[in-house]
Amino acid sequence: MTMKKYLLILMALLLAVMFTGAGVMAAEKKDAKKAEAKKATVSSANVFNRLLKKEKVKNASPADDGIHDVANDGTHVLQPPLIAYEGLPGTDFGNYVDWVKALDDGLLKPRYDRFDPKVEPLVMDLDIVREVKASVPDVVFPHKPHTQWLHCSNCHPKIFIPQRNANVINMSAILLGQKCGVCHGKVSFPINTKSCKKCHSKEKPADWKPPQSEASLKTPWR
Amino acid sequence: MFRSALIGLLGVVAVLIMPQSAKAEYADVVINNYSDAAGMRPVVFPHWYHRIRFRCKVCHADLGFEFKAGGNKITMAKIIDGQFCGACHNGEISWSVENCGMCHSGVTGTPTSIHGSTVQRLVAPTYKALEDKPQAQK
Repeated sequence: MTMKKYLLILMALLLAVMFTGAGVMAAEKKDAKKAEAKKATVSSANVFNRLLKKEKVKNASPADDGIHDVANDGTHVLQPPLIAYEGLPGTDFGNYVDWVKALDDGLLKPRYDRFDPKVEPLVMDLDIVREVKASVPDVVFPHKPHTQWLHCSNCHPKIFIPQRNANVINMSAILLGQKCGVCHGKVSFPINTKSCKKCHSKEKPADWKPPQSEASLKTPWR
Repeated sequence: MFRSALIGLLGVVAVLIMPQSAKAEYADVVINNYSDAAGMRPVVFPHWYHRIRFRCKVCHADLGFEFKAGGNKITMAKIIDGQFCGACHNGEISWSVENCGMCHSGVTGTPTSIHGSTVQRLVAPTYKALEDKPQAQK
């Protein structure tokens, strides 16, 4: 009787071992298939936009921003920007803060005078429309948000001559840091594809057509 | 194999050591006209911090700061005289000049520049070193 019992137990054990073994084998086969599938994946050289720079860290604290010396005690006393920006309206560029909106909404109360917090800025509400040769929308320059922050003498007459048609402005000059580029692209909102329409904001008239190039008009093969 | 691993490791170390200015806050100005030469860390001026408290006009019209990184030739003597930063950083409107490390907090050797600028991104160096050449050439 005891021998039979032992045999039964042994058989049961063997069966169990075989089943689990088969299970392991099957799992291994699946893994092998997976490994094959991995081999077939595309090389990282073919990733979309692989040469575009990665999104940079937004609003890094002084200790992490790469220009402050971590070994300096003062660095760790400075306020991290994100703490100051709490509750301010956001944008997609620059400091990622819409400074003009924040001021309009009364979230910021920067002084206009060094000593007296009650001095009000000399605001002028005058829009200047500049027609653009290219097919992009025309530029509307609003004096209002500019005079809220700045004084007339900051721009006139050194950067912009206060006279009609006296200022030649183009994007190359702006991108090189002249005209609007004295501030825009350095401190105030930068020039990138997300910010074009902040200035180029007035749609062209319905009957507007792009001027045709002389060279094309004169060609005899038209 | 070992050599390539070593080169890779060196590369990683170099990336970690190199100043990662791409993370600097937009419009942070590093001013290093004289600091390095004087054995001080360069100054980091955060535009964002100041524009929350003052409008552009206060510094750029009233105090005469030029719209140019490093274009003001600021020295400690001028600051103590109440010019430039010293107009506010005098212990009355803001903290005084004894807090050296609060301004002189930059990584030594960082050139004068305004960070995150379009010009910096698109063109070569934005900043031309101060020219203290004799006027004879004119």
